[in-house]
Amino acid sequence: MSTNGVERKRIRLTVNGAPVEREVEARLLLSDFLRHELGLTGTHVGCEHGVCGACTVLVDGEPARSCLMFAIQADGHIVETVEGLAASDDALHPLQRAFWEKHGLQCGYCTPGMLMVLKAFLAENPNPTEGEVREAISGNLCRCTGYQNIVEAALEAARLLRQHS
Amino acid sequence: MKPARFVYHAPTTLEATVQLLAELNVEAKLLAGGQSLIPMLNMRLVRPGHLIDLQHVSELAGIHERDGGIAIGAMTRQRQVERSPLVAERIPLLAEAVRHVGHLPIRTRGTIGGSIAHADPAAELPGVLLALDGTVHLVSVKGERTVAARDFFVDILTTAAEPDELVREVWFPRLPERSGSAWLEVARRHGDYALVGIGAVVTLADDGQAVAEARLCFISVAARPVRATQVEAALRGAPVTPATWRQAGALVQEELDPPADLHASAHYRRYVAGVLAERALELAARRAQEGAGR
Ligand SMILES: Cc1cc2nc3c(=O)[nH]c(=O)nc-3n(C[C@H](O)[C@H](O)[C@H](O)COP(=O)(O)OP(=O)(O)OC[C@H]3O[C@@H](n4cnc5c(N)ncnc54)[C@H](O)[C@@H]3O)c2cc1C
Ligand code: FES
Ligand code: FES
Repeated sequence: MSTNGVERKRIRLTVNGAPVEREVEARLLLSDFLRHELGLTGTHVGCEHGVCGACTVLVDGEPARSCLMFAIQADGHIVETVEGLAASDDALHPLQRAFWEKHGLQCGYCTPGMLMVLKAFLAENPNPTEGEVREAISGNLCRCTGYQNIVEAALEAARLLRQHS
Repeated sequence: MKPARFVYHAPTTLEATVQLLAELNVEAKLLAGGQSLIPMLNMRLVRPGHLIDLQHVSELAGIHERDGGIAIGAMTRQRQVERSPLVAERIPLLAEAVRHVGHLPIRTRGTIGGSIAHADPAAELPGVLLALDGTVHLVSVKGERTVAARDFFVDILTTAAEPDELVREVWFPRLPERSGSAWLEVARRHGDYALVGIGAVVTLADDGQAVAEARLCFISVAARPVRATQVEAALRGAPVTPATWRQAGALVQEELDPPADLHASAHYRRYVAGVLAERALELAARRAQEGAGR
């Protein structure tokens, strides 16, 4: 399909549980697709070359950089963003509650990426050590907190999640 | 920071992929995990007219036994390699090294073939392949060929693969009996590119008291992964003692001629290489004795 000579392709994917269908240009990054096409601006963009981790989302349950994927590559896949974490506006996900209670954020720029990478990590390792948490978030930069409270929040979230299950 | 326009292709068979690659040749870039290519596209360091996405070519993924060793399809994600019990049991050096490749969300997308084809001199997986004397299997419309790791890595981001050739799989031979291996590296932060990294393999003599063969492969000390062949020769027949590893570490500092860059001086790299060599050899020898490092 072509508009003004630019090739566009139709993609179908699931975003936060809902089916989505759009026509996209091949070079559209998944991060820009989420933010500009779907209005899901919770996925932040810091560096656009894979270094900061702010854009981390889950693709088929695995954490991935949405700035290092084209939207077209997500065709047929399941994408989860930070908007999909809380069940409702007044029912925070245990990860979000832990970040709130342990002051795991200041400006909040890194927070969506932190939450998404930790969601996948804690699903696989429900009872991590502090060192394992630090390794899990080693690809996510935070310019504010010094990480201390993020690590505490992650350990608290692990406790809350274990109680839930 | 957005990529320039390109035409996107998503072939589903290997045959169609090599055909496309033959037609488009230097006009096209293969897209594997995108963890090195997409940053370069975003920064417009490369502007290919066509991208050939390999993610639907199922023939390219998977880990299996072949010819006494383990073959890993190019599109196997680094995370799958990290989780594979077969890799953990049969290629422990690879299992140990792959955890140092970037971070978790990089390894879920990044592939073994992409890492080998990209040939970054600081990358772990090319170092593992060279340490284990593995091979790279290339395919094009003209046919298939096998290139030994020592001939494959030519220079920074440069390999022996032609523009119309695709890495189909990489193959790791089985280590001899009484062998152990170890991967060690120094980086600013876990997951960052190594300032220096080493893969060591020690094979013990029948009596377990001497070194039958030792291999030392370094990354981030030259334009491509390199073996310290003089040190390897000096270690042949040496007794399995702390003094042997210490002397080997000192020899490493003489043999290597690492570059200086923003991240580390040449002097620092050489020093760290020596220290890591001593530690990696000792660890590999201990694993060989315990029969745990094969
Ligand atoms: C923040 C960050 C940190 C990183 N840290 C590390 C690190 O510490 N160590 C490390 O080793 N790597 C690191 N990487 C790079 C990562 O490992 C990449 O996965 C890898 O270098 C390339 O694999 P890929 O599958 O993503 O390939 P792509 O990016 O898709 O491709 C890379 C190149 O290889 C070519 N190519 C891909 N597949 C084939 C094939 N089958 N045949 C022929 N050519 C092919 C492509 O055309 C392209 O030129 C890091 C990346 C990021 C973003
Ligand atoms: S914006 Fe994707 S990693 Fe920084
Ligand atoms: S809270 Fe500001 S970047 Fe992490």
